[in-house]
Amino acid sequence: MHNKTITELAQSLRAKEFSSVELTQHFLNRVNQHADLNAFITVTEDLALQAAKVADARIAAGTAELLTGIPMAHKDIFCTQDVKTTCGSKMLDNFIAPYNATIVEKLNAAGAVNLGKLNMDEFAMGSSNETSFYGAVKNPWNKNAVSGGSSGGSAAAVAAQLAVCVTGSDTGGSIRQPAAFCGITGIKPTYGRVSRFGMIAYASSLDQGGSMAQSAEDCAILLQAMAGFDAKDSTSVDVSVPDYCADLNKPLAGLKIGLPKEFFTADLNADMAATLETAINEYKKLGAEIKEVSMPNLKYAIPAYYVIASAECSSNLSRFDGVRFGYRCENPADLNDLYTRSRGEAFGKEVKRRILMGTYALSAGYYDAYYLKAQQVRRLISDDFKNALNEVDVIFSPVTPTPAFNIGEKIANPIEMYLADIYTIAINLAGLPAMSIPAGFINGLPVGLQVIGNYFDEARLLNVAHAYQNATDWHKQSPSL
Amino acid sequence: MNTQWEVVIGLEIHAQLATKSKIFSGAATAYGAEPNTQACVISLGMPGVLPVLNEDAVRKAVIFGMAIEAEIAPYSVFARKNYFYPDLPKGYQISQFELPIVGNGHLDIEVEGETKRIGVTRAHLEEDAGKSLHENFHGSTGIDLNRAGTPLLEIVSEPDMRSAKEAVAYMRKIHDLVRYLKICDGNMQEGSFRCDANVSVRPKGQIEFGTRAEIKNINSFKFVEKAINHEVERQIEVIENGGRVVQETRLYDSDKDETRSMRSKEEANDYRYFPDPDLLPVFVSDELKAEIKAALPELPEAKKRRFTTDYKLNDESATILTASRELADFFENVVKISGCESAICANWITGDLSAALNRADLEITESPINAERFAGLVARIADDTISGKIGKQVFEFLWNGSESADEIIEAQGLRQITDTGAIEAIIDTILAANEKQAEQYRGGNEKMFGFFVGQVMKAMQGKGNPAEINKILKAKLA
Repeated sequence: MHNKTITELAQSLRAKEFSSVELTQHFLNRVNQHADLNAFITVTEDLALQAAKVADARIAAGTAELLTGIPMAHKDIFCTQDVKTTCGSKMLDNFIAPYNATIVEKLNAAGAVNLGKLNMDEFAMGSSNETSFYGAVKNPWNKNAVSGGSSGGSAAAVAAQLAVCVTGSDTGGSIRQPAAFCGITGIKPTYGRVSRFGMIAYASSLDQGGSMAQSAEDCAILLQAMAGFDAKDSTSVDVSVPDYCADLNKPLAGLKIGLPKEFFTADLNADMAATLETAINEYKKLGAEIKEVSMPNLKYAIPAYYVIASAECSSNLSRFDGVRFGYRCENPADLNDLYTRSRGEAFGKEVKRRILMGTYALSAGYYDAYYLKAQQVRRLISDDFKNALNEVDVIFSPVTPTPAFNIGEKIANPIEMYLADIYTIAINLAGLPAMSIPAGFINGLPVGLQVIGNYFDEARLLNVAHAYQNATDWHKQSPSL
Repeated sequence: MNTQWEVVIGLEIHAQLATKSKIFSGAATAYGAEPNTQACVISLGMPGVLPVLNEDAVRKAVIFGMAIEAEIAPYSVFARKNYFYPDLPKGYQISQFELPIVGNGHLDIEVEGETKRIGVTRAHLEEDAGKSLHENFHGSTGIDLNRAGTPLLEIVSEPDMRSAKEAVAYMRKIHDLVRYLKICDGNMQEGSFRCDANVSVRPKGQIEFGTRAEIKNINSFKFVEKAINHEVERQIEVIENGGRVVQETRLYDSDKDETRSMRSKEEANDYRYFPDPDLLPVFVSDELKAEIKAALPELPEAKKRRFTTDYKLNDESATILTASRELADFFENVVKISGCESAICANWITGDLSAALNRADLEITESPINAERFAGLVARIADDTISGKIGKQVFEFLWNGSESADEIIEAQGLRQITDTGAIEAIIDTILAANEKQAEQYRGGNEKMFGFFVGQVMKAMQGKGNPAEINKILKAKLA
């Protein structure tokens, strides 16, 4: 049951081959069986089975939607009413939101069955899931390797087939990089496409929720249920949502693919270069044209990103002060002690590092040199993408410089960790949609191909990914656990 | 005060905008609810929640801007002001910094007969914080977030005021204006209208400003005057004793009538302002501006001008009657309904009615006598049905009851007697009973005339027409 697509499962549920309760129980068993992967922070077994029962009734009544009764799970950054939402932090280890994130609300309404909350880097700050208060997630392909991050639990859960599809969030690559490391498909939509309401903020101008699954088609189905304008999020955009499945099978003949020369250099790992070349050749066979494009400002993306994201996070995380919710230190001597110890004891190293960097970047006398300059760079990078996307339909790039590294390998060296975000970060600065699709293996570990598109052109990205997945079977590989 | 010093004052006024819900959430803004019952998840700054701008707050800010002839920014930006405080739930206040919604404007004040123009640098939208409650928590502090997120318009003046009196006049003027525009209820006890004063002194003739101190959170006209005067004395004393004024924030203690230091410039927060990424820039379109302009009420200045020209009121009456929109409307309704001369309407409103309202501590909107019943009174005085003196009696009945002036006059038999036959008969009786006094009058003691008028009025229970009485009495005593 666990290696089927959403469409196949929906058909089986309707054909009464098995019930949603049975399907849900099957996945819950798998979650328990593979608990060593540490993909879940919270498993909501009872609630899931209840939801499955309701879904079965809907299916019987003929009012089911495609996702009704499908076992999925949420990254623990999305608030779930009455179920703990930790954001991977000790700070929120006791936090139960009295509201649902908009996307949780939407997926509940669609009848999707939530199995629980997925592990992640603390407050989504990290690229290896090692900053999580709940420990690192193991890569299902090699348990010594990281799952990637920050949506590491999400990626591992899909790769290990512990959930049919999952939600994730992406601020600098947090959907795409773990998707690549775990050999699954993930899409970060255009900024504003998916409501941020109830998604705990890391860097508000960059954060975007998205879907992760075994295939582009499943990503499309899940994204369909998540996307759309939300009056509760002023930055969500009121643009109608097309049918993401309608164009999945459109032929790619004549598709113009741009390759940024700044990304395809001699510095690129030879195995990675070879893998991507194979993928690109596949696209040529499908009728696509390849064109070199240039984006000269990409080299500034990492510093610009870490200034902007840190600045926003330093402010966003101020609400975690021990006063109203979350962790509070024992016996505070006074107000200052309450603040400093609550925050000092509950935030992890990486979160503290970014709060400090961001506070510095926004300080009087430094604001212009850091924050303002970074925003100017951001504009230049956006313009680079706009110019390139005037010439081509989509842009291809690696997702990561290498396949998954080992747990513990880079955690002591934050700069090295940040530099590995080189291919994903610029897309968040520009607010563009991008996908990661499985494109092969290096030393037994999966690697991804990144497909970047124009604003609100998710349908095309999904079409480009789906066509490739029709022609190849990288996405169908699964790890032996 | 020492005359070789010049005082320089600028005010930052916080006017709470009278919107139904908060500036970034749907929570109610009503005052006085049980603590934290009007604190929704957004007021509480819960994880993942987002602000959504209340358009009514924008509208009210634009109305204010137009009333002071200010530039309305076509594009303004919300920024985060970051600092930690328990009643500031997000750890930042959403405010406007570099691009406020209202730019340069101005307002004229009058002090001791002189008109002076005060510049308004800017007015920007922001959210209020909650309240810290220090009583009854056994050494801890309680937090009430009902007020958190209430919309404020912070109105920043130029340092144009040169005395505490000018500052009070300016604050009153803004206070009148925001209530006129119905954008703020102006309730100072509830904190809906409060100000910070920036005060400095310099030797007369010096061009550069002295070092200023900011006095925080003054919530009455009386205190603003006292606080400034006190601060000015303090600063002069510091300088004259060879010291230097330090830039700092001071708090006015109304119980002790003194200001004391809260924090110095060195201790001041670095607020790390940056544009709030959760909110889009605010665009005020020309259409919206035109729509608001068309709906803008007549402003106090214009109304006062109209009252002096159209109603021929003197300056004093016009000022009093235009102090609030409701009072001005009341006056205009009384004139319209009674059809009487505006002067008599104005006299009775600014006289007896205002005095009675003051005694009862009521606003014109709470007056027990509405414009229609009041007009009935004025009309009967104007057409001589009753005298002014009887009018005061009728007024009391109107104030305490619900009948019309005519009903009261009938029921109480207060109608003025103008029947000359009746008056003559009474005069004859009185003259007969007081022959000695009549002789004295005829002998040249003119004061005696008043004696006879009094006797006649008394006999007629005050209802005799004074003009008729005078005429007949004069003739009979000739």
